[in-house]
Amino acid sequence: MANVLIYAEIKAGKIKKSAFELASEGRKLADKMGGELTAALIGPGLESFAPELAKFGVDTVYTVESPELEGYNSEYFAQALAHLISETKPEVVLMSHTMQGKDLAPRTAAKLGVGVMADCVSFSLDGSTLIGKRPMYAGKCFAEWSAASAPQIATARPNVLETAETPKAGTVSRMAFTVDTSRVTYTTKELNLDTSGKVDLTEAEIIVSGGRGMGGPDYTLLEEMSAIFGSRATVGASRAAVDAGWRKHSDQVGQTGKTVTPNLYIACGISGSIQHLAGMGSSKVIVAINKDTEAPIFTKADYGIVGDLFKVIPEFNKELKAILAE
Amino acid sequence: MKSLVCLKQVPDTETQIKVNADGSGIVTDGIKYVINPYDEFSVEEALRLKEKFKAGEVVILSIGPDRCMEAIRTALAMGADRGVHVCDDAVNSADPFVMAQTLAAVASNQEFDIIFCGHRAIDDDFAETGAMLSELLKIPQITLVTKINVSADKKSVICERDIEGGKETVESPLPCVVTSQKGLNEPRYASLPGIMKAKKKPVEKKSLSDLGFSPETKLQAKNYSMPSARQAGKKYEGMEPQDAAKTVVQALRSEAKVI
Ligand SMILES: Cc1cc2nc3c(=O)[nH]c(=O)nc-3n(C[C@H](O)[C@H](O)[C@H](O)COP(=O)(O)OP(=O)(O)OC[C@H]3O[C@@H](n4cnc5c(N)ncnc54)[C@H](O)[C@@H]3O)c2cc1C
Ligand SMILES: Nc1ncnc2c1ncn2[C@@H]1O[C@H](COP(=O)(O)O)[C@@H](O)[C@H]1O
Repeated sequence: MANVLIYAEIKAGKIKKSAFELASEGRKLADKMGGELTAALIGPGLESFAPELAKFGVDTVYTVESPELEGYNSEYFAQALAHLISETKPEVVLMSHTMQGKDLAPRTAAKLGVGVMADCVSFSLDGSTLIGKRPMYAGKCFAEWSAASAPQIATARPNVLETAETPKAGTVSRMAFTVDTSRVTYTTKELNLDTSGKVDLTEAEIIVSGGRGMGGPDYTLLEEMSAIFGSRATVGASRAAVDAGWRKHSDQVGQTGKTVTPNLYIACGISGSIQHLAGMGSSKVIVAINKDTEAPIFTKADYGIVGDLFKVIPEFNKELKAILAE
Repeated sequence: MKSLVCLKQVPDTETQIKVNADGSGIVTDGIKYVINPYDEFSVEEALRLKEKFKAGEVVILSIGPDRCMEAIRTALAMGADRGVHVCDDAVNSADPFVMAQTLAAVASNQEFDIIFCGHRAIDDDFAETGAMLSELLKIPQITLVTKINVSADKKSVICERDIEGGKETVESPLPCVVTSQKGLNEPRYASLPGIMKAKKKPVEKKSLSDLGFSPETKLQAKNYSMPSARQAGKKYEGMEPQDAAKTVVQALRSEAKVI
């Protein structure tokens, strides 16, 4: 049978939203292919997550447990996932193009001797051939990719595929597995997690971004705006702001930073260089606040405010607070 | 310290990408090519390791058509010692798995303490080759690295890497593959004497038959297309900040429905 397997990523004791996006998409593909939708949960004690996956259409949830799979390690997780794939032989494997997915998918694929269609924004089927449409050149163009080997593995950009509930059984099946610890790998010494619970730029639904126009490292106005939106929002930056040392490297949006697709991107004091536009040009809605009416960002913005950001943003935040409190 | 730097030549970030008439690829006329920015971080880091240990070698490995020679020479001008250029139509624009196989074929013939890849090539945007290469070589991968500290005996490395919402510090035996992320360092520019010296540094050219394998394509692309053109939307100019802010916030709720 032509089954679809999704890899469900767990973070801080929760299934990531992107896993539900995969399940919803996987359900549609499995129905068209006349197969089952299965899900992989890797790590000890995860079967309690099965009902959540079932809600989004998963027929069977496989759990792979081993003491070595307690924390994420690329080699051990790739072993476990490759094992599950070899045992259950899905036609299609979907993973998320998250920080972990980018680390895990290619290693798993290399173990199986197949390729990965990375960072897809939509999927279709041509018979049983999966077609993944993916941005290239940071979104300056797109192409449709297909795999010439089985299984067909693809990663999906978070936040793009729609979620849809289609309750299924979600039967749990435990897969026995012994990690081959003779394969050398790294050991984790320390994890430094941002305790603010901030979502990563690539997964945020709303991004408030500041550029050179911020005039310095004080991003309080933007942090405030992000806080008004709550945990689905985060703060980004242009390269000019990062290079000036105002923001962390990991905050950079653009061709040499992160490519993002939020529902709402608010660019403050950002001119809209080709590299920046490449990275955020496929955001669903773009707002620009800039004092230069000629700034290129206005050619892409759905809503533009020409004005001094230090005057506009405090008002914007006030309005936002009021409307979100309604 | 002996480092291998896998380096891809890519269109300059300023390039306006255009898709060709039959959608089979992009128009390459007039494109200016540069070293993939993430691979520049790798070159710099490899040079720093050689400087720190006051011994060793930095080898540049690039797969691609003749024009890649320019990127290799630039890296040699930055200070790398020698280059290997794999140039063969069968792999010049291959998918990441085949690229990784080709890189592995070169890498496994020589001993390296550490292998650098960029976290991602900014043309095809796969972000896969480094991890695939490390698996094919059966050595550890440390992706998205922003700090590298090699032990004095050159047997292990401690790296800081980006993870979702923070940083992870890992320790790995060497050799391993690291993939460079922004923040690792500030790459140096090639100096004039560096450019002169680079002309005399050796670059070995290899074909697939030299490497002794024939690749099997794993991925194919077709129907290249441009993103749907974004129209400039509404622009509010000459308004009081309060009025402009109110108008846009309300539009985000009632018109765009994103808040
Ligand atoms: C190889 C390479 C890679 C690059 N990659 C990236 C990348 O990934 N991401 C990226 O962002 N850039 C990238 N760049 C840099 C890019 O070319 C631009 O230099 C950068 O995006 C400019 O950032 P900015 O818009 O913040 O600054 P500027 O272009 O200086 O724009 C600042 C804007 O702020 C406005 N402003 C100033 N004061 C105020 C105020 N008080 N109120 C309102 N508006 C104000 C100005 O009108 C101006 O439009 C790259 C460049 C190169 C060469
Ligand atoms: N043609 C190539 N030649 C040398 N190295 C490459 C090539 N393609 C990819 N790489 C390496 O793999 C990294 C990631 O590429 P990618 O997986 O295509 O995003 C690059 O930064 C390079 O280090």
